[in-house]
Amino acid sequence: MHPTSHAPRRNRRLVSGPAPVRWLLIAVALAFLGFFLVVPLVAVFTYALQKGVGAYFDAILEPESWSAIRLTLLAAAIAVPLNLVFGLAAAWLIARFRFPGRDVLLTLIDLPFSVSPVIAGLVFVLLFGRQGWLGPWLAEHDIHIIFAVPGIVLATVFVTFPFVVREVLPIMQAQGHDEEEAALSLGASGWRTFLHVTLPKVKWGVLYGVLLCNARAMGEFGAVSVVSGHVRGVTNTLPLHAEILYNEYNLAGAFAVASLLTVLALVTLAVKKYVEWKAESA
Amino acid sequence: MSVVVEQLTKRFTSGGTPAVSDVSFHAPSAAITTLLGPSGAGKSTLLRLIAGLELPDSGSVRIEGVECTHLPVQKRGIGVVFQSYALFKHMTVRQNIAFGLETRKLPRGEIEARVDEMLKLVQLEELGKRYPGQLSGGQRQRVAFARALAIQPKLLLLDEPFGALDSRVRVELREWLQSLHEQTGVTTLLVTHDQEEALEISQHVVVLSDGRVAQAGPPEEIYDRPATPFVASFVGGTSVLRGRVRSGRAEVGTLVVEAPQSAREGEAVQAFVRPHDIKIAKPANGSNELTTGRVERLKSVGGYVKVLLKLPSGETVTVEVPRAEFDDLGVVEGDHVHADVRMAKVFLGDFAI
Amino acid sequence: MHSSARRRVLPGFGLTLGLSWLYLGLIVLLPLSGLFLKTFSLSWAQFWDTVAAPRVLAAYRLSFGAALAAALLNAVFGLLVAWVLVRYRFPGKALVDALVDLPFALPTAVAGLTLTTLYSRNGWYGQHLEALGFQVAFTPVGIVIALTFIGLPFVVRTVQPVLEDIDADVEEAAATLGATPWQVFTRVLFPSVMPALLSGFTLAFARAIGEYGSVVFISGNMPMKTEIAPLLIITRLEQYDYAGATAIAGVMLAVSFAMLLAVNLLQRWTHRRFETRPGTG
Repeated sequence: MHPTSHAPRRNRRLVSGPAPVRWLLIAVALAFLGFFLVVPLVAVFTYALQKGVGAYFDAILEPESWSAIRLTLLAAAIAVPLNLVFGLAAAWLIARFRFPGRDVLLTLIDLPFSVSPVIAGLVFVLLFGRQGWLGPWLAEHDIHIIFAVPGIVLATVFVTFPFVVREVLPIMQAQGHDEEEAALSLGASGWRTFLHVTLPKVKWGVLYGVLLCNARAMGEFGAVSVVSGHVRGVTNTLPLHAEILYNEYNLAGAFAVASLLTVLALVTLAVKKYVEWKAESA
Repeated sequence: MSVVVEQLTKRFTSGGTPAVSDVSFHAPSAAITTLLGPSGAGKSTLLRLIAGLELPDSGSVRIEGVECTHLPVQKRGIGVVFQSYALFKHMTVRQNIAFGLETRKLPRGEIEARVDEMLKLVQLEELGKRYPGQLSGGQRQRVAFARALAIQPKLLLLDEPFGALDSRVRVELREWLQSLHEQTGVTTLLVTHDQEEALEISQHVVVLSDGRVAQAGPPEEIYDRPATPFVASFVGGTSVLRGRVRSGRAEVGTLVVEAPQSAREGEAVQAFVRPHDIKIAKPANGSNELTTGRVERLKSVGGYVKVLLKLPSGETVTVEVPRAEFDDLGVVEGDHVHADVRMAKVFLGDFAI
Repeated sequence: MHSSARRRVLPGFGLTLGLSWLYLGLIVLLPLSGLFLKTFSLSWAQFWDTVAAPRVLAAYRLSFGAALAAALLNAVFGLLVAWVLVRYRFPGKALVDALVDLPFALPTAVAGLTLTTLYSRNGWYGQHLEALGFQVAFTPVGIVIALTFIGLPFVVRTVQPVLEDIDADVEEAAATLGATPWQVFTRVLFPSVMPALLSGFTLAFARAIGEYGSVVFISGNMPMKTEIAPLLIITRLEQYDYAGATAIAGVMLAVSFAMLLAVNLLQRWTHRRFETRPGTG
């Protein structure tokens, strides 16, 4: 490309329509978003606190809620690191190498996104359930997967599988690998290059991927619902617990639990915005 | 006079330096006029003001005698070829060329005939059904020309039309543009930072510097009689030599020329010398020491040799010697040669390039 | 951008290749192939009796119909939101932009609980709608609303970058050729974002078909009326009717894959056709 003079972009005449149209479009878009996103968001906290702050904390601190929180954290604590390691390895592989089967791998990684959560749960029931492929063998050895914690963890890992790769891969691809090659030429080992050159470049993408993965892991409902068996205090995660409370007409309790998950979602969005801002100012 | 621009001024930030400042010039009908200048000289802004893509703070634009300073861009009937070509990616070549005709609601048959004519003009008859993404850079550029010319514009504006192409294609397209212009005869205004391009293809050149017109005229005049030190240095790969005024004449090395009238005795002058206006020879006996230079470097560039000479004053000049002449001279690096300045443009005072 | 198949200078190829396929195989492919094996172990009669039962057909109709309606709504409003976010400036724009992703981050069960409560008889929306004679909660309309909520970011996030990338030169070129702003929109801008809009629509549609968490609360789950296909799978499972659950899931999975394939093909097609290849002169 040749050096050329450019007119400042701010004065370019982009189509935007006359002022009344502009304001009408903005108003309709904001009304739509307000109606669909903002009001429900406000509603979560309003319903959660409708019986007062005391009732709110009682609902969160009761033993069954606590056990749901613990199980949710456990599932996320297993699913997120596993998917993080896989995500980094697969992103490195796909971004840096050309090999037969690369396109297939890329398509298969997205698979859990296109499978209904209910089906994600179903596949594990078919494998490990009482009448599943491995059911009889598991029963013989007294191993419980379905309607037990391992099943919940498996289903969670499955549905959160693509998040880290999906966030990290585009960043790795965009950044190229000149710096890695420079590091290697300077005598750095493969691991050293990865830890000191690659990882710092993609850290914000990794962080956002991890957060999305975590939000989904803690919030997953359909898949976990299928494999959980809804044993109170044993196999209930936070979303399942919220459902039970709701079905018992304990609206304030259900929304108290839901508000925890909502805060998690808001934190995730805030970090996303921060990551984007970081990337733009870099 | 086809395009008349009068006292055009445009600021992008209020109170800031104007991008275009009090610019007046005219572009003759049916000719190619070049707006030449370095980056940031305001030439693209000027082009956009004429096109109606920007509105001026003051001044006026008249095209074929019609006042159109405030006419909307859609109504000006001007063809623009953008540097990026700005082709519609989702339309075929034919659809791209037909676009401007369709907005004018011409009958279908007329549009088709006109598109065929344009495809023939730019020699892309075979590629009408392709998408821009399937064409080479040079082909896309020709589509951009065809699209702009299809609406039979009163004026064709070209913004660095060859800027994005590699040098071989640029040279080919220059010739192509000239023959295209001969066929269509459309008044053309072209923006470029490449002085060679400007001198080669245009009948009229407007040199811009810092948003102002530095000089306007036919290419020969710009080249031979630069009006300001800026024009002298921007056009023609010149070297600068310093000298003094003695008895009403400017002395620069062996060269003694008429000094400008206002010159005072002893005043410093600068001479802008073109590489081919210096003749070098093996030093003869008794030659003036002041005009003997040391050959610092030799660079063979195709048909001629570039000789970098260091003069006793410490100044360096570049001299171009045709290959055959150079071979006869038999000069090597480190030799001392006599440099004879045959022609120079002299300006008073110190001017730093 | 990519290293070619030549020599592999960068380390870790073997390790990451092995790890990626092993993990993918264990976590995704093995369980999914179990489902396929189970589907193929059903006899044709068994399969057909399940999926052609009136209750199942009603569930499919509802799931696909509501998903289609929601995806269409999202296409219209998603395009509008993307347009407003890219083209206009207004106070709070950054916040609005961030908020668009809320349905991605918010657990579906929370969305389901909240929307149901809002639209139920005593809810903030429901009490006014009730007065006007509309019932949303526990009707197909409620299902469409829940599915619109969860599909909202898909269209916005696929259209937005494409709209941002449109070169200002292209719009100016259209204007110099005589196009009015409306013509620039309909003939240049809209066709340019059309492939992205279609991708976003398909993604939202695919997601909505399988959605469960946000819908079960608001749908009311009446067989033949407001019972969605994923719920029917769970009902079958609870009756230990693995064959029935598998048959219903098989059909949904096939449709999901077909749509995933369609999106991929669409993207490849538009890429091949319209994307600028580097100028070769």
